[in-house]
Amino acid sequence: MKKDFSIVGKSVPRNDGKAKATGTATYTDDIKLPGMLHGKILRSPFPHARILNIDTSRAASLPGVKCVITGEDTPKIKYGNWRLFPDTQDEYPLAIDKVRFIGDEVAAVAAVDADTAEEALELIKVDYEELPGIFDIDSAIKEGAPVLHDYCPGNISVNRKIHYGDIEKAFAESDYVREDVFNVHAVSPAYLEPCAAVAQCDLDGRITLWTSTQVPYIVQCLLASTMGMRENDVRVIKPFVGGGFGGKMELRTWEFCAAFIAKKTGRPVKFTMTREEEFLAGRRRHAMKLYSKVGFKKDGTLTGKDLRIYLDGGGYNAMGPTATFLCGTFGAMLYRYPNYRFWGQHVYTNKPPASAMRGFGAPQSLFATESQMNIAAEELGIDPIELRIKNAQVTGDEIPDVATISSCGFIEALQKAAEMSGWKEKRYSPKPGQGIGIGCYSFISGGVFNWFNTQFPFSAAEVRVFDDGTAHLLTMAADIGQGCDTVLKQILAEELGLKMEDIRITSADTSTTPQADLGAWGSRLTMMNGNAVLDAAKKIKAQLFGAVSARQNLNVIHELGCKDGMVFPKSRPDRGIPFGEAVAMAQKANRGEPLVERGYYTPRDKGLVTPAFSFGAQISEVEVDKDTGVVRVKKFWTAHDCGTVINQMAVEGQLEGSIQMGLGYALSEQFVMEDGKTLNTNFLDYKMPNAMDVPPSEVAHIETYEPEGPMGAKEAGEGLAIPTAPAIADAVHHATGYRCKDLPITPEKILAGKKD
Amino acid sequence: MKQIIELNVNGESYTVAVNPWQTLNEVLREEINLTGVKLGCGSGDCGACTVMVDGRAVSSCLSLAVEMVGKEIMTVEGMAPSGEELHPIQESFVKKGAIQCGFCTPGMELTALNLLNNNPSPTYNEIREALAGNLCRCTGYKKIIEAVGAAGQKMKEASERKTS
Ligand code: FES
Ligand code: FES
Repeated sequence: MKKDFSIVGKSVPRNDGKAKATGTATYTDDIKLPGMLHGKILRSPFPHARILNIDTSRAASLPGVKCVITGEDTPKIKYGNWRLFPDTQDEYPLAIDKVRFIGDEVAAVAAVDADTAEEALELIKVDYEELPGIFDIDSAIKEGAPVLHDYCPGNISVNRKIHYGDIEKAFAESDYVREDVFNVHAVSPAYLEPCAAVAQCDLDGRITLWTSTQVPYIVQCLLASTMGMRENDVRVIKPFVGGGFGGKMELRTWEFCAAFIAKKTGRPVKFTMTREEEFLAGRRRHAMKLYSKVGFKKDGTLTGKDLRIYLDGGGYNAMGPTATFLCGTFGAMLYRYPNYRFWGQHVYTNKPPASAMRGFGAPQSLFATESQMNIAAEELGIDPIELRIKNAQVTGDEIPDVATISSCGFIEALQKAAEMSGWKEKRYSPKPGQGIGIGCYSFISGGVFNWFNTQFPFSAAEVRVFDDGTAHLLTMAADIGQGCDTVLKQILAEELGLKMEDIRITSADTSTTPQADLGAWGSRLTMMNGNAVLDAAKKIKAQLFGAVSARQNLNVIHELGCKDGMVFPKSRPDRGIPFGEAVAMAQKANRGEPLVERGYYTPRDKGLVTPAFSFGAQISEVEVDKDTGVVRVKKFWTAHDCGTVINQMAVEGQLEGSIQMGLGYALSEQFVMEDGKTLNTNFLDYKMPNAMDVPPSEVAHIETYEPEGPMGAKEAGEGLAIPTAPAIADAVHHATGYRCKDLPITPEKILAGKKD
Repeated sequence: MKQIIELNVNGESYTVAVNPWQTLNEVLREEINLTGVKLGCGSGDCGACTVMVDGRAVSSCLSLAVEMVGKEIMTVEGMAPSGEELHPIQESFVKKGAIQCGFCTPGMELTALNLLNNNPSPTYNEIREALAGNLCRCTGYKKIIEAVGAAGQKMKEASERKTS
């Protein structure tokens, strides 16, 4: 079902572009309040240690210091995003008794300025008893390994299993079975804006928190619970946010400390992280060890897959439980596996906690899938694209007990990518030192799971319309740079027949925007909030249509529409009434009551994972220097299916940004660690691709219509972070004979492993 | 001890009391409230803090405020000719989708201005080279590079119109 749209599908410049271009957009660290104190956090220098004593007296008496707190001063309430399973909530805002990674938060200081707060940190004396640390998965799960959390003796905090079909039988009946072990590394979300929070407490003890977050509602709830307050007494406001990519989706220590100290001192408090803190202790993508076994028939038909994954979780669960769950889901995506078995385990180690990061388990899980698919294609003597097409999921496919795929343009994407890139020619008549490779992805359009245990719908929108022909959209959806404010406005403008400039938007303030929203993660906003906006808009239209119909004395069989600022009977478009006048009529009919409607969306009966999946294929061409092993990516071609494209330019921007991140993941980004200590804590040593590194790319949107999505739309942008690493790895193999199963792909590995 | 200095920023003069170790970034943000100047790393590696000093792009996080006396400083707030009108670079960034989270934007724009002042018609590669010291985690740079190219074009046309 395709429709003619006026605004949807166009390249609409973003809502906040001017504010950002002129420097007037206010980010959290730009906020300054009268009497504001500046906070700093004292972090553990040891990866694993018992806290014997903390003496804050000297710090507290330093002139200018207004407050020093340690875990002992706090209510000692644990938190974590999986509220439904309190056992998984393993983190305190400030360490109690023990520290579990270098950088773990031990104490906080607030002073009249940042320099004084910093100076005070040095005056806090902590007596530690060092404990043996564990820094990798194998040592963590060994018998007798040191234990991080008393409740979890084997250091495995989450177990997730999926099993359907008969995997042993499938392998026994296969003509070809392939087993590999893959290792993928941790990387930083490296959003440009370091985390920050500003808290203020009013005279009634209520907290307002401005914070650089992707999840205002989750922060509101968890801040309230850790402070021992009522949720409604905490207001969270998301100012402009300089990127998140999954790294800002939990309650964090500085948010708690800002609020706690604001309450204690009666003065506003600001905490801003440094880049060094971000790299030293910040959230990151999980390193994983993946054992994957797949079976095929001679003709290339997949028979089944057995996938075993260990996630290197670091010191706390953070979003690890969700990542563990999703790894298993993504392991069964893209291809038809009649038999599938998954076992994922989340392992504690004495390193900074890994958490969500763009792709949320999928970049790791699908690196294994896609690399193995390329290996199998080679060994079976089948073209890797042909092999994929043979096994590709299609619209209507069911993943047992998990989901039904309601729209899928995967095969078309494979064909298109092959065509755009000149695959056949380049793959089969390669030039020396050059190679071409492929990687694919599928991703969720928001999760259907409710481990946070929200008591509200998954998304909500309020629409107010006015007799001057304008509308006001209120939503808790968090625009963190991805552009959901603009996309939601487009959806509303389209549905009400208004122009973008007719709509004002207020977003992400938990006290004024409608309850609730689970936040910006898992690519959920276009799908979930888009549907909520549509729901509200439809209710507004029902009211307008009633009023217009009465005024024009229309026969009840007439359908009405909204377009170009007019409300009109579809059979008599000439008898339209301007939108504002229609609003005035409806308002009159309601004796002056303003016209306000709320819309909601909660995915129901949509299986266990998501209401809709995106799909796509990416091909990369590389050149490898035969003496140095240095890889230069020459070009990317991507064909992807995100359903209806709501904003062309925004989708392209998501894709291009994903390539930058995927390129870094594949080739250059990694944490250099020694016994739990991160050695590269700046952008000079943590090598994120710059403008010179990113090669040209070409993109094709595969048109599908997702029935569950708003106007046919589904996920765009997060899944695209997945295919780049396997595509480059395949191209490097094509160029050199070296098959990378151990990310990142470095020149040293290539030189050691190349075949010519 | 704090020193009283006078700074010339965006054509206006500000008298501020600063410590000798304070960076230009800190003084612009904290004392003069020009928060369009961002701080992404504090170590000269990301470019988010870029400002113009005497017509050259510099990292404000690495410059000491006391060394800026007598120099002309321009921040992103000083780029647009008026509150209603945008600088062609800014306009181009908005229209071409070169902005996502926007945190790198002020620094990118000033680096672009620096480039276009010296080289009014840069090639795609020259733009990439010029922007290599400014990190962006959102856009993948493509639209930024295109926006700079388009802005250069526009600025060139405008200056040709002026001189003809
Ligand atoms: S903040 Fe100055 S270069 Fe990063
Ligand atoms: S737009 Fe987010 S860092 Fe560049």
